Amino acid sequence: MFVYADNAATSKVSPAVLDAMLPFLKDTYGNPSSLHTMGQKAAEHLLAARESMARHLNCEPKELYFTSGGSESDNQAIISAAKVGARRNKKHIITTAIEHHAVLHTLAQLEREGYTVTYLPVSSTGLVTAEQVKEAITEETCLVTIMYANNEIGTILPVKEIGAVCKEKGVYFHTDAVQAAGHIHIDVKDQNIDMLSLSAHKFHGPKGVGALYVRSGIPITVLINGGGQEKGKRSGTENMPGIMGMAKAFDDACNNIDANAAKVGALRDKLIAGLSKIPHCALNSDPKLRLPGNVNFCFEGIEGESLLLLLDSKGICASSGSACASGSLDPSHVLLAIGRPHEIAHGSLRLSLCEYNTEEEMDYILQEVPKVVEYLRNMSPMWKDLISGKKNFTL
Amino acid sequence: MALYTDTVMDHFLNPRNVGSMEDADGVGEVGNAKCGDIMKMYVKIKDNVIEDVRFETFGCGSAIASSSMATELIKGKTIEEALAVTNKDVVNALGGLPAIKLHCSVLAEEALKTAIKDYYDKNGIEYDHTQFPDCDACEHGCHMV
Repeated sequence: MFVYADNAATSKVSPAVLDAMLPFLKDTYGNPSSLHTMGQKAAEHLLAARESMARHLNCEPKELYFTSGGSESDNQAIISAAKVGARRNKKHIITTAIEHHAVLHTLAQLEREGYTVTYLPVSSTGLVTAEQVKEAITEETCLVTIMYANNEIGTILPVKEIGAVCKEKGVYFHTDAVQAAGHIHIDVKDQNIDMLSLSAHKFHGPKGVGALYVRSGIPITVLINGGGQEKGKRSGTENMPGIMGMAKAFDDACNNIDANAAKVGALRDKLIAGLSKIPHCALNSDPKLRLPGNVNFCFEGIEGESLLLLLDSKGICASSGSACASGSLDPSHVLLAIGRPHEIAHGSLRLSLCEYNTEEEMDYILQEVPKVVEYLRNMSPMWKDLISGKKNFTL
Repeated sequence: MALYTDTVMDHFLNPRNVGSMEDADGVGEVGNAKCGDIMKMYVKIKDNVIEDVRFETFGCGSAIASSSMATELIKGKTIEEALAVTNKDVVNALGGLPAIKLHCSVLAEEALKTAIKDYYDKNGIEYDHTQFPDCDACEHGCHMV
């Protein structure tokens, strides 16, 4: 059996999305900036795509900029707010310890340029509170950037409340909604969001395309200069097949958001219940206050990369926050931030589901994961030390 | 996964000489849990020959494959031959490892040398201490090559 359970890494392009993209590769391949009929036809579709996505986010079409994806959107949002801040002599930014590297590395660059960044600690389930944000805001704060939902452990953060605090204090609020968009309801007005990043390939759109919402009136810093596309804020000929695919994928995801969440959430809960039976394991983050498709466990006594490779050999695609799986010395900064010790964080497994997954696939995962965990534990000297009582269990 | 060679995957999926050994003549354990790699090797020595060898590993795919390959390289060899096995030999026998995984082969070399050192120590055999890894260093954190 083949089971794709790595949808938080990327998701498959749905058949309907592919159908929406192909005409812009085959027939209507004109440049939306061209004056001829084919170009203008592309421009009309571009406008329709922007209107459709804006409607789902509850923003104006002119507040939505198409980009190359989540990373570019995060970079542009943060740098834009930082530049505005610098002009007002406000060079302090607030974020959390569990952001995606697209945010963290952009902030690290700003720190090298003289900005100060506060990394709010998170709870054991990956939460920060609006109160924490409120207390961290100073006269110098120019931006609060906090993710909508975490990519590793699926925690959904209290964005609306954080946004309200920022609004009250007159500080820009950006949220990296890459994992949330298309999966949970987003309303930028109701949720007090000034800037929002999203990426198409996380909701069955194509890779290499995303969007940035920026509330009207917030000055945007241009990262890519050129022909002045996207109202001069993001040059480069529009990725028409990509944008058409993203708009279709977002429309489908938002129109079916509750049904998908119910279906995927049930699969998630089944996996969580089943995997919890493995001795000396722990679910990362809250069982309910998490993305519908996110399952993340730590298994004591084993290492995540070998777990992934063995699952791969059984046809199961998953992910891990172990150092080896990420190609670095340290395990996931997110697992460390929620208080998992290094040796526990090395043994993590993320399974991320979507509406194309089935009950049978969950049964197969629940059949294979315990076997693989047991197999690895049986060859692990660390496990031997734990069961012999030489060392104490953490989980 | 194209990350690893077929030989690495073979040794990972079908590890040779895996398990513990009740009556081992020497046991060596290196690495630490914080770094995500622990290797433990057991050797049975008779007439200066590594008659049998077993390993247990907590670690990634290349750590398990490196352990497995290291046991294969020393099984049936004299102690001197076994001590001459280096991490490069392990890497070459595996058909290569990604640069970031080379430390796994170093751990394998250190684990088998530490097991032989334990055999020497247990049997009061004189040896050149510089031949063996400084195991205190293993406790001081992760090392990369």
